[in-house]
Amino acid sequence: MDLAYGPKYEAFREEVRAFLTKHKDQAPRGLGAAGRPSPEACSWQQLLIQHGYAARTIPKDYGGYGAKPDILESRIIAEEFSSARVPSALQNQGISMLVPTLLELGTEEQKKKWVKPTLRGEVVWCQGYSEPGSGSDLASLQTKATEDGDDFVINGQKIWTSTAHEADMIFCLVRTEPDKPKHEGISYLIFSMKTPGIEVRPLTTMTGHAEFNEVFFTDVRVPKTQIVGQRGQGWLVANATLKYERGMLGDPAAMETRFQALVDLMREETVDGQRAIDNPIFRDRLIRLQAELAAMKFNGLRLLTSASRGEDPGLARLIVKLQSCELTHQISALAIDVMGEFGVLYDDSPYLRSHGSWQWGYMFQLGLIIGGGTAQIQKNIISERGLGMPREPKLAK
Amino acid sequence: MEFALSEEQRLLQDSVRRFLEQNAPLDKVRLAAGNTHTVQRSLWAGASELGIPGMLIPEDFGGMGLGFLDAAIVYEMIGRHVAPLPFLGTTVMAPLALMLAGSEAQQEKWLPKIAAGEIVAGVAITEKIGILEDAGVKALNGKLTGKSLFVIDWAEADFYIVADSDHGLHLVLPDAKGLSRRALNTIDKTRSVGELVFDRVAAEPLPRSSADAVARMIDAGRVMLAADTLGAGQMMLEKAVAYAGERKQFGRVIGSFQAVKHLCAEMAAALEPSRSLVWYAAHALDEVPGDARLMACHAMSHLSEVGRFVARTATEVHGGMGFTDLLGLHYWFKRIGLDRQLLGGPELVRLEAARLQGWAA
Repeated sequence: MDLAYGPKYEAFREEVRAFLTKHKDQAPRGLGAAGRPSPEACSWQQLLIQHGYAARTIPKDYGGYGAKPDILESRIIAEEFSSARVPSALQNQGISMLVPTLLELGTEEQKKKWVKPTLRGEVVWCQGYSEPGSGSDLASLQTKATEDGDDFVINGQKIWTSTAHEADMIFCLVRTEPDKPKHEGISYLIFSMKTPGIEVRPLTTMTGHAEFNEVFFTDVRVPKTQIVGQRGQGWLVANATLKYERGMLGDPAAMETRFQALVDLMREETVDGQRAIDNPIFRDRLIRLQAELAAMKFNGLRLLTSASRGEDPGLARLIVKLQSCELTHQISALAIDVMGEFGVLYDDSPYLRSHGSWQWGYMFQLGLIIGGGTAQIQKNIISERGLGMPREPKLAK
Repeated sequence: MEFALSEEQRLLQDSVRRFLEQNAPLDKVRLAAGNTHTVQRSLWAGASELGIPGMLIPEDFGGMGLGFLDAAIVYEMIGRHVAPLPFLGTTVMAPLALMLAGSEAQQEKWLPKIAAGEIVAGVAITEKIGILEDAGVKALNGKLTGKSLFVIDWAEADFYIVADSDHGLHLVLPDAKGLSRRALNTIDKTRSVGELVFDRVAAEPLPRSSADAVARMIDAGRVMLAADTLGAGQMMLEKAVAYAGERKQFGRVIGSFQAVKHLCAEMAAALEPSRSLVWYAAHALDEVPGDARLMACHAMSHLSEVGRFVARTATEVHGGMGFTDLLGLHYWFKRIGLDRQLLGGPELVRLEAARLQGWAA
């Protein structure tokens, strides 16, 4: 056990700090997590790429910085940007999911064409995976792509497509071989959201906001060359992408920020003149969450060490999505409870606290528990892959 | 940057695991639970050959001079095997008291004997966390009066470390005049706790006693209890997974039912981050003094909650068999049950964690 980074990494940390001191005034206020980055966000991203604080390990030929992968360096960058409260590299589905997939399975032409502008924030992507009838059983998806000359013609519907209204491009799973077993009949296509026949409708959720969309395809023509991987192998390509998505979730630093905001809230809110933090029951719940948060934080350090050694941490990794989403939700739940009636204020009500963000978070985070592999699917993964328990017997096809 | 056990630590843990697999199987645990002290004695002698009793004691006194993380991973193995060993008092808390507060003469007299596995040391400190009924020990003119409950490693102790109501620590011999002793029979028959009643008992003070020394003993004890629960809980999970892979109902192994698999997944999801927390809390006792007390509280209270969930859930996965004596699963259930209450139940410990951060008076 050695929690020091050592002189080589501390020198690197100094470089990052020097960069931040020199350039932090150029940073935009917030990058917007999901939508289209502002022009100043794009130029900030380009500056970060230039110095290796974004797209760090992507080869130079494809618009990255070209550094050797080093998980500890990445961690130091994240730590320093976070403690300086400076927006770090752009994060969106194009960068975190499409780019690694193209680099692994795309053609040279596809990599050359799409990786660089995606990294720079100039091309925004959305993900066309889930369908109304295909959620946990994603491989049962029914959006059809039929062959017609040099094109595929796409008909069907996608759902839960965040940023579809902003996106330039979509990476999309379609059924090209309807007669084959479900996993073998899927292809992975990339195409422009401006292609005729695409309609995007906002999907309003329980939060009252449209964080997602539905996307409808009617005779959408896509050249056959815009397939990633082989025809019928889209499921394998998608799994490469999902692997990257699961890596995105469960950020202990973000949870710690929420927890600190909860502590601040509990020092401010009062009932009968008593601060929430002085109420023994609320306080007990707070400390309980703090202990769970500590456990997840150290679990994160364990994962970091495994990654730096190239080892598979097994269960310690498989439980992250389930536990992090639950803990985040519990933090919001306590915040609402300490506010009492104020906790259910919403929209632009008088007495609204923190712009209603706790209540929005409490609802939205329930969506995160369900999305990206439901809690129940996570438990299947943990028990089957982590504990080696048998799969549910399959129904005959 | 390395958040992991070292190669040496993994070897240490493996050797303790192998020793306990061979020497502390369930039938031995049953014998010990039936109060056959010979089993505990011979097991402790075997543990001595591995250096376990003196693992925290400096080499100058015949120990191994290892750290709290080493001790935690050993106690994790002991908990895994519900082994009847006087580790908490004898290996951890009593030597720590002597090292922090004892005179050189006291250290020279007692530490080598502990390290050699020749003696067992009990620890009477419960009243520093919470006073039950009218318990509590007062020191007056070198004599102790009052009583202490839930004395750790009470049975067959060759001496006791006793905390008085004023942060004083004392060394008391079991045959001291005016001392009476009663066993307390808890659900956990693998470790002994008892009562000491003092009527003007002559005691030898540890001259460097302080509130800090007492608190550090409690911190270390709490991390060890968390480690014990971790090991016991991990074993219960493994037993549940194995049982669910064999037991058939409705023509299928029950481990193929999601209702059963999800219970196992929930146990694993609770235990895995707990392991990281125990590692860090133990590491902090030696290396991060500013974090040590809070993390000891977090480790203890969190593992108490996780332990209760796992103990109950793993028993349910075993169905009716889990409820029988035949399977012996209850030894783990009860071990976790005692761990939860010793040195402060989770609510008390969380209150302490709040105080440490200025969140409670």
